[in-house]
Amino acid sequence: MRIGIVCPYSWEAPGGVQFHVRDLAEHLRAAGHEVSVLAPADDDTPLPEYVVGAGRAVPVPYNGSVARINFGFLSAARVRRWVRDGDFDVLHIHEPAAPSLALLACWAAKGPIVATFHMSSPRSRGMIAAYPILQSALEKISARIAVSEYARRTLVEHLGGDAVVIPNGVDVSFFAGAEPKTAWQGRTLGFIGRIDEPRKGLPVLMEAFPRILERVPDARLLVAGRGDPAEIAGHLPPEVRARVEFLGMVSDEDKARLLRSVDLYVAPNTGGESFGIILVEAMSAGAPVLAADLDAFVQVLDGGTAGEVFAREDAGDLAERAAGLLLDDARRAELRERGSRHVQRFDWSTVGADILAVYETVTQGAQSVAEDERAGRWAARFGPARDREA
Amino acid sequence: MSTPLTLLLIAVVLCLIGVYLSWTAGRLDRLHTRIDATKAALDAQLLRRASVAQELATSGVLDPAASIVLYEAAHAARQAEEDQREVAESELSQALRAVFEAPEQVEAVRGAPGGEEAVHELAEAARRVPMARRFHNDAVRAARALRRHRKVRWFRLAGHAPFPLAVEMDDEPPPALTDRAPSAG
Repeated sequence: MRIGIVCPYSWEAPGGVQFHVRDLAEHLRAAGHEVSVLAPADDDTPLPEYVVGAGRAVPVPYNGSVARINFGFLSAARVRRWVRDGDFDVLHIHEPAAPSLALLACWAAKGPIVATFHMSSPRSRGMIAAYPILQSALEKISARIAVSEYARRTLVEHLGGDAVVIPNGVDVSFFAGAEPKTAWQGRTLGFIGRIDEPRKGLPVLMEAFPRILERVPDARLLVAGRGDPAEIAGHLPPEVRARVEFLGMVSDEDKARLLRSVDLYVAPNTGGESFGIILVEAMSAGAPVLAADLDAFVQVLDGGTAGEVFAREDAGDLAERAAGLLLDDARRAELRERGSRHVQRFDWSTVGADILAVYETVTQGAQSVAEDERAGRWAARFGPARDREA
Repeated sequence: MSTPLTLLLIAVVLCLIGVYLSWTAGRLDRLHTRIDATKAALDAQLLRRASVAQELATSGVLDPAASIVLYEAAHAARQAEEDQREVAESELSQALRAVFEAPEQVEAVRGAPGGEEAVHELAEAARRVPMARRFHNDAVRAARALRRHRKVRWFRLAGHAPFPLAVEMDDEPPPALTDRAPSAG
C-alpha cells in the first residue's frame, strides 16, 4: 500500500505526535508498505529518506504551549506537489483540527483520508470559534481515529460525528529489554519531561520530595529532560538538593534504561495530556507508575488498576503515596506485573494492525488520493497572502 | 445612486451567491460520495463476517446446537431485505457472542485443521464491522447537518438524493475473539 502521512509539527523538535508519526512510518515500512511522510523542517535539516520537508515552520502559541507549524502560500504549494507526486492509496493526517500542515493537506487532497486526533481539549475560544470554518475541510476525512476515549469525547463534543479509538503505539520489547543501570537503582524515583514546562508538573514533585524524604530518607529523585535545574531546584535545602540528580536530555536508549532502573515512575502532570505515552513506556520497562489523576492517565492505567494515581497538583497526596509505594515491595511487584500485562495492547504489533485495518476499510473500492482541483482553483485565485516563508 | 451602478451591484451579489451555492452543492456531492463509499465498505465487512460464520457453522468444528444457531443467524443476515438487515445483523452479533462466549471454544476452533485461519478471518471481520459502521455514521451525520441547513433546503441543492440514514445495530464483537491484550505479545 502507498501511504502518505502528514506530521503537523516540526520534525526536528521532539514531541509526542512526531514520535508517533516516526514510529508508525517505520512500523509500516517494516511491514512492506511504501510510506512518505510530509513534515515541517528547515531545508538544511537532515531527514530520514522517507521524510519530505515542507519548509520552515513558524513558532506560534497553540494549545497552551508554543508549537512550530506551517501555513501560508508556499507551504500549501508544497503540500499540493507532494500529494500529486505521491499517488497515495491513503493519506493519513495528524491533528487536522490544528491550524497546520495537516489541515492544508486535507484541503488540497481528495480520496481516502484518515485523520488521527491527538488533542485532549481545545484550550482557546478561537479554536472553538474556528470549528465551523474547519468543517468543510474536515468533511473530507473518511475515517477518524482518536488516541484515547478522552480525546474521542473532546472530538465528539466539539466537532460532532464519531471516531474509533486506537491508542498510540509503543515498542514494548525495546523498553522491556533495556539494561538497568546500577547508578540509577536503589530507592529511586524517576521523572522524564521538560523541566521548564509547568504542565509537566515537576514543581509539584519538587514540593512533595522533601516530605517523601522525611519518610524514606534514602530516596533519590532522577530527573531527565530539557531545562535549567537551577531554576527549579535552586531554592531547595542542600540536604534535599543532594538527593536530586538532573540528567539533562537523555537518548532513547538511556530513557529506556532509566525506566528499567527506577523503583517508581512519577507523572505529576497538571493537565493538557490526551494520552500519556510515557506511562506506557514506563510500564513496558516494568516500572511501577504513580500518576496524577488526569482522565487520560487514569484511562491509560486501565482505570487506575495498572498503576496508582494521586489527586492532581496535591503535593501532600503525592508524597504520601510515593513514600507508601517505596516502602511496600509487594505492592510495587504487583503493579509491575499488572503493568507489563496491560501494555501489550499498546504494542506496535497490535496498534499497527488496527491502523492498517482502518486504511483497508477506507480504501476498499475507493480511488486513490488525488489533488483536489477545486481547492487548487480557489487557492490560485484567492490564495492566502499571509506567507511567512523567509 | 445611478441605475447602471445599482444593476451592476445586484449582478455582482447574485454572482457571489451563485458561486457560494455551487460550492455548497459540491461539498454536498462529496459527502454523498463518501456515504456511498463507507456504506460499501460496511457491506463488505458484514458480508465477510456472515460468510466466515456460515463456513464455521457448516464445518463440523462446533457442537450441533451452536452450529445451528450460528448457521441460522448467518443465513438470515445474508438473505435479509434492506429494511430487516440491521435486525438480522444484530442477531448475528448476538449469536457470535453466545457461541464464542468461552475462550475455550475459540481455542477449540483454533485447534481444528484450518481453524486458525477461520478464527483470524472472523476476528478481523468482527473488529472491522464496528469500525466501518462508525465511519459510515460519521459521514451520514456530516451530510445530515449540511442538508438541514436553510440554503440547502431552499435551493434544493441535494436534488433527489434520499435523506441519509445512519446504520444502527448491535456490532459488539465477542470479547474472547478480539481481546488480544493478555494473549498477544
